[in-house]
Amino acid sequence: MIGLQHYLTLSAMLFVLSIAGIIINRRNLILLLMCIELMLLAVNFNFIAFSRYLGDTLGQVFVFFILTVAAAEAAIGLAILVVLFRNRRSINVQELNTMKG
Amino acid sequence: MLFQSILFYVFSAVLLGAALGVVFARNMVHSVMFLVLTFFQSAMLWLLIEAEFLAIVLVLVYVGAVMVLFLFVIMMLEVNVEAVKRSLVRYAPLAAVISIIMAVQLVQLIWVRGAEAGASFAFAPTPEGYDNTKALGAVLYKEHVYAFEIAAVILLLAIVAAITLTMRRRPGLKVQDISKQVSVRAKDRIRVVKMDSEKRS
Amino acid sequence: MYSYYLAIVLAPLAAAIVAGLFGKQIGRTAAHSVTILGVGIATALSALVLYRFVWGGAESENISVYTWAVTDGLRMEVGFLVDRLTALMMTVVTFVSLMVHVYTIGYMHDDPGYQRFFSYISLFTFAMLMLVMSNNFLQLFFGWEAVGLVSYLLIGFWFKRETAIFANLKAFLVNRVGDFGFILGIAGIVLYTNSLDYAEVFSQADAIAAQSVSVLPGTAWNAMTLICILLFIGAMGKSAQAPLHVWLPDSMEGPTPISALIHAATMVTAGIFMVARMSPLYELSVHALGTVMIIGAITAFFMGLLGIVQNDIKRVVAYSTLSQLGYMTVALGASAYGAAIFHLMTHAFFKALLFLAAGSVIIAMHHEQDIRKMGGIRKYMPITYWTSLIGSLALIGFPGTAGFFSKDLLIEAVADSHWAETDALVYWIAYLSVLLGVFVTALYSFRMFFLVFHGEERMDAETKSHLHETPWVVTVPLILLAIPSAVIGWVTVGPVLFDGYFGEAIVVDHAHDVLAHLGEHWHGALSLVTHAPMTPVFWLAAAGVLVAWFLYLKRPELPGKIRERFQWAYNLLDRKYYFDDLWIRGFAGGGRKLGAFLWKKGDEVVIDGVLVNGTANTVGRLAGVMRQIQTGYLYTYAFAMIIGLTAFLGWLIWLK
Repeated sequence: MIGLQHYLTLSAMLFVLSIAGIIINRRNLILLLMCIELMLLAVNFNFIAFSRYLGDTLGQVFVFFILTVAAAEAAIGLAILVVLFRNRRSINVQELNTMKG
Repeated sequence: MLFQSILFYVFSAVLLGAALGVVFARNMVHSVMFLVLTFFQSAMLWLLIEAEFLAIVLVLVYVGAVMVLFLFVIMMLEVNVEAVKRSLVRYAPLAAVISIIMAVQLVQLIWVRGAEAGASFAFAPTPEGYDNTKALGAVLYKEHVYAFEIAAVILLLAIVAAITLTMRRRPGLKVQDISKQVSVRAKDRIRVVKMDSEKRS
Repeated sequence: MYSYYLAIVLAPLAAAIVAGLFGKQIGRTAAHSVTILGVGIATALSALVLYRFVWGGAESENISVYTWAVTDGLRMEVGFLVDRLTALMMTVVTFVSLMVHVYTIGYMHDDPGYQRFFSYISLFTFAMLMLVMSNNFLQLFFGWEAVGLVSYLLIGFWFKRETAIFANLKAFLVNRVGDFGFILGIAGIVLYTNSLDYAEVFSQADAIAAQSVSVLPGTAWNAMTLICILLFIGAMGKSAQAPLHVWLPDSMEGPTPISALIHAATMVTAGIFMVARMSPLYELSVHALGTVMIIGAITAFFMGLLGIVQNDIKRVVAYSTLSQLGYMTVALGASAYGAAIFHLMTHAFFKALLFLAAGSVIIAMHHEQDIRKMGGIRKYMPITYWTSLIGSLALIGFPGTAGFFSKDLLIEAVADSHWAETDALVYWIAYLSVLLGVFVTALYSFRMFFLVFHGEERMDAETKSHLHETPWVVTVPLILLAIPSAVIGWVTVGPVLFDGYFGEAIVVDHAHDVLAHLGEHWHGALSLVTHAPMTPVFWLAAAGVLVAWFLYLKRPELPGKIRERFQWAYNLLDRKYYFDDLWIRGFAGGGRKLGAFLWKKGDEVVIDGVLVNGTANTVGRLAGVMRQIQTGYLYTYAFAMIIGLTAFLGWLIWLK
């Protein structure tokens, strides 16, 4: 019988994987963005699972807004990426340290 | 029930495998494709717990729009993938350690603490005649209509921001200025010169 | 009488304002006319007030004129307490001031600051009257500081002289030391009584004396002793008692009329007056009286010794003033307040006389002040000679002169004082000092007198050809002052000292009341004079005169030999016991070194260097360390967040 725990566990696995992805692909901005999408997906999983479990549609409303914001974030993030690449001919994070103290 | 369980495990396995693919794929285009697969599997799983509307939205919006955007960018930028991926292994131990710690924490939280709480974690069956889309729409357009409008503004903002960021004015580009064209007057363009007639030669 | 008192105070003030602010417009004659008129009004009215007290049987009056401020029940007022003590002081002050005004017309004749000078001395008269007539501590302090200010202005009257500027600054600073104690004493009074009014404070005197105060940890001092000694420190500054005496000799840089008025007759006696006025407080503290007595005795004897080696005519008189102030202070210490005030009065006359006579000599000598360059002036300036003689005789206490009555009775009072039983050490120090002081006084007085008026004429021919008696504006005040110097003792000694003239104005503890004790053997002034040859005082004075005559007229070469023989003693006296060095090099120099140290080390190194810049540098250095954490790489921040999240989760799950 599939219950709440299964969904939560799946979401946790997804989340941990995306964290590992962020650490491993730390050089590549596009991959970082994709890993963030994965993390958001894990969060969405939790919301939907709890929404179903509690019988409250509000959780799904949250997911709706998260999807909206995530789409906006992806659009702006990619736009920034494009500008960045245009200016520096690279998206290597290693070269982006103008904020170094 | 058993069928649903089997489906859950299958979809989950594919989901996690696709996620691994996203992280470890050598080629970034492959990563995007794995991400698309991940979203598809997620949509399946959401369907399993009767969140049909969001599942469809996920496929339409994410796979149809966002992922395509990712693909566009990747292909447009022609990034030197090899150079970027070179030191992938160096941080793998750190990633492994942190991931394992966090996985243990989360699993313990869900299973051990959950068992201690003693509650039933089974999903209750949805009431008769439940329509996910209808229910969501009712909540969204009644109670959260302002938030909904704000979400719309955020999306507009994202459009404007993305355009502003990526647009560049190249010098020497000939553009029309419609208002100037419309407001032009004859005397701006032609000069009437009065002169005496000349004698026939 | 209210309007009279106001007129007495305000007439000199108005005159000072007119002469000071409009001096240029009204000219010289009008300036001295208006100030003399102002002081003349004050003198006449003061004399009237005194008359009413002596013959009219007037009661003392305590009038509040104006309430300046009330804060937390503490009333700050302007008011007059006029009783017999005040009336006497007012008369002395205004009379001497009037004489000095007249005299100044002659002395300052050619000075460009003529109007300014008159404005100052009128202002001084106002300030001194405010001090004397005050009925509260605030006004007393106002007068106290105001006379100090005018003294400062007048010492530095010739402000183009380097030495005058040095002297007035010195006077001002030394007086600040005293005033510091004085204002602390007033603060103590306010602390214990919450009142500034004399009558109110005196009525609570017993309550103050019953309390003790711990200034240093582990000490318990009687509050009254502390207050009295603090007030007396103020008096030490103003009345130039050792060790705060150093300013007075230097103050002779001012014009001579000022030396006569302020630095001999009136202002310097403010301290004596103040202690006498505070007699209800001082009587309650034996230790304070003992301190007063010892300080006075030291001043009386040792400052007199200095007079012997001085060669500046005014400085000799200045040291004699110091010595006489010491006498008055000793009398205060012996609880013989009446004797102190009596000596103050007679001293005011004969010391003003001596100064004005010295000034007269200085005018005649064309501002030459060195007595080694004088001599034999007697035949050129007979009036000055005779008046000086009267002044000098009064100073040494020649029987019958004013100084005789006051000084002889003062010494009697000390000899008879309660200290003989209560503290033999204090008694003998004081008694021997005043007794030997008589000899010293006679010696330096007549040394100067003989050097100036007798013996060979040592001035140069140029000066000698111009030598003649000074104009009437100079000699008339001399004569007018010589008369009281000679005779005032006869008429006043009995009433003032023994017939209870002061009445309630001065309070003396019964056990201390030495004047009452002396009064039991009082048989009139004549009897005192006829008994004079039987007292050691007379013979000591006579010995002093004889020694002076022998050394400076008979064998003029002897002083030089004595000086060579006792070079160290001469040096000690010549350098004024090194007090100037102590103050200037020790305290002032030390203060400046301390200031420089605090500036260089404390301010620049500690505050600027360590605290201000150090704080900034530390923040900068810390920031420099912290800065290393900010790599600027995106993933560093991401890692930090992830690790933090993991740690927080761990704490939540495993530790909480």
